[in-house]
Amino acid sequence: METSARASAKLGKTKGNRRARPVVATLILLGGTIALLLAIGLSISFGAADISLKTVWSAVFHFNPDLTAHQIIRDIRMPRVLGAAMVGACFAVSGAIMQGMTRNPLADSGLLGLNAGATFMLAVCFAFFPGLSYIYLILFSFIGAGLGAGLVYGTGSLAKGGLTPMRLVLAGAAVSALLAALSEGVALYFQIGQDLAFWYAGGVSGTRWLNLQIMSPWIILAMIGAILLSRSITLLSLGDEVALGLGQSTKAIKFCGIIIVLILAGSAVSVVGAVGFVGLIVPHVTRFLVGHDYRWIIPCSIILGSLLVVLADLCARMVNPPFETPIGALIALLGVPFFLYIARKGGKAI
Amino acid sequence: MNKSMNRSAEQKKRNLHHRFVLIVLSILIVVAFIISMNTGLVRLSPVEVIQTLFGFGTEKQSLVLFEFRLPRIILAVLVGMSLAISGCILQSISGNSLADPGILGINAGAGLTVVLFISLFPGNVATSVYLLPILAFGGAGITAFLIYILAYKRHEGISPTRLLLTGVAVSAGISAAMIVLTLRLNPDKYQFVATWLAGSIWGSNWAFVLSLLPWLLILIPFVFSKAQVLNVLSLGDSMATGLGTTIERERGFLLVAAVGLAGASVSVSGGIGFVGLIGPHLARQLVGSRHQFLIPTSALVGGLLVIVADAIGRWILQPSEIPTGIVVAVIGAPYFLYLLSRSKA
Repeated sequence: METSARASAKLGKTKGNRRARPVVATLILLGGTIALLLAIGLSISFGAADISLKTVWSAVFHFNPDLTAHQIIRDIRMPRVLGAAMVGACFAVSGAIMQGMTRNPLADSGLLGLNAGATFMLAVCFAFFPGLSYIYLILFSFIGAGLGAGLVYGTGSLAKGGLTPMRLVLAGAAVSALLAALSEGVALYFQIGQDLAFWYAGGVSGTRWLNLQIMSPWIILAMIGAILLSRSITLLSLGDEVALGLGQSTKAIKFCGIIIVLILAGSAVSVVGAVGFVGLIVPHVTRFLVGHDYRWIIPCSIILGSLLVVLADLCARMVNPPFETPIGALIALLGVPFFLYIARKGGKAI
Repeated sequence: MNKSMNRSAEQKKRNLHHRFVLIVLSILIVVAFIISMNTGLVRLSPVEVIQTLFGFGTEKQSLVLFEFRLPRIILAVLVGMSLAISGCILQSISGNSLADPGILGINAGAGLTVVLFISLFPGNVATSVYLLPILAFGGAGITAFLIYILAYKRHEGISPTRLLLTGVAVSAGISAAMIVLTLRLNPDKYQFVATWLAGSIWGSNWAFVLSLLPWLLILIPFVFSKAQVLNVLSLGDSMATGLGTTIERERGFLLVAAVGLAGASVSVSGGIGFVGLIGPHLARQLVGSRHQFLIPTSALVGGLLVIVADAIGRWILQPSEIPTGIVVAVIGAPYFLYLLSRSKA
């Protein structure tokens, strides 16, 4: 506690905006939660069958199985919206942890090959073990995310200059191209292309209670882990030497951090597919708002990430009804300019 | 006197070596052609191929050879050549050894316009075969312009890594748009577009060869005539200005040529990435960096690569086919990673 306070005080001297802003953070947590609940309510009420917010309220708190509206809400819309919220939180926190641990402003599970790895594993599962239950799919998805991350970091760190952000992004692009080519090959050969296409594109429409039940223990554990690690991540974000000097065992922290990232990204991909850029945008915005203390960044990222994906899903249904625009594509429209902006700043954002 | 004679003798020896490399590559392409004929569902042995070529084959053999296999193989070679030359130009004018029309997003831009066209004007694709290269050229050109503008920074110009990062981002944006488009298509068309996007030499008829050929006949001699300029440009901006080259203008012309080559080949073959990366790199290992030899060697290496990838794609999972682009990506992506791990920050 004291050490991190000292560290942030030291940083505060060098750069004004690095100082943590607990007041802003508390406001975000409160206001964000309210906004998130509102967005969830709106998202549930919007759809092919018109349902008022009042009905949504009564369906949640006084469920009546005889009403169709209540059943639609319970069986289709609620899991979908809760899935969107969870997935947003997952991508955002995994991005925040990666950015903090590796001091790489361009870290994001989509850019660094995790999503492509998980998608590849899903393609393999669909092709070779059709009808595999979701309990196992999610495990394969973790493994896939690990495969992608391992390839990217492995080749990135082979180079002489070490892991520069640019090099990691390029390695990520190449590994993603490789894994995407392999999964496309599998998909074309087994004629499961269009089934998988929604996974590439990203969408929450397929979320069922079963998925949420299976993924939520993983996610809750990983989130608790992330919050417990947050203080150490702040120190790591100051550089390995600083963290070591302050008595942190950097290797153990990094290992735990990687496991958390793989669980978060893997379970998110197993539900919505390869949605990129959430893990890039949200931590940057959060850091800009609340300063550089990860004890605030991670909880705020959970809220803002959920909010972003819930809103994106709402927009995806509103843009061109009755068709759904893939949320992955919508978020990419936001994410690409953001990425360009960060890349232009030359990676000095952290 | 003696020294200069020595040098010219050395020069002659080097030229001889380079010619030798070119001849060997051409022979390899012919060998790959024969092997490729002998793989797949319908096989023709080398003897049958030669017989059929000279008009002594059965009707079925000549149908297979002239209507299906030959256009496809010629297309593979042409596409490989133009992508490799395009990559070679991009690498030299940007001073970036990892540049490639696929990684920079130029292929994606060309692909987007083609998919847009296919989804807006359903109808017979064959009638529009001559239009597609022009559309693809337009898409590729707009994308290249966009990337150039976005990567440009005042007082600093264009740094190689920023160029690549911008390309990665722009192609991510374009693929997002493409996904939105393809999901709207009906399943039949989807399968077609997906196969095409993955990079397959789908135009198994002469019309595609004919639509690609004029582009190559104009652009390749143009690039050859600029070999000396490319030599100077690849020395770096300050050196090039010192030697009296009007950098920006020459660079602009060459960029247009690179975009045209990439766009035209994308319009017939879909997104085949990494050829523009591998071709010039291997060629540089073989003949060094003088463009008079580098360009033809890259072209031949690129052609060889695509013809071999096409054969592998047909052979590996018989009776179904793997799109050539996938095979090339599986070979090319690790190669890119290898180059990346050797590059300096």
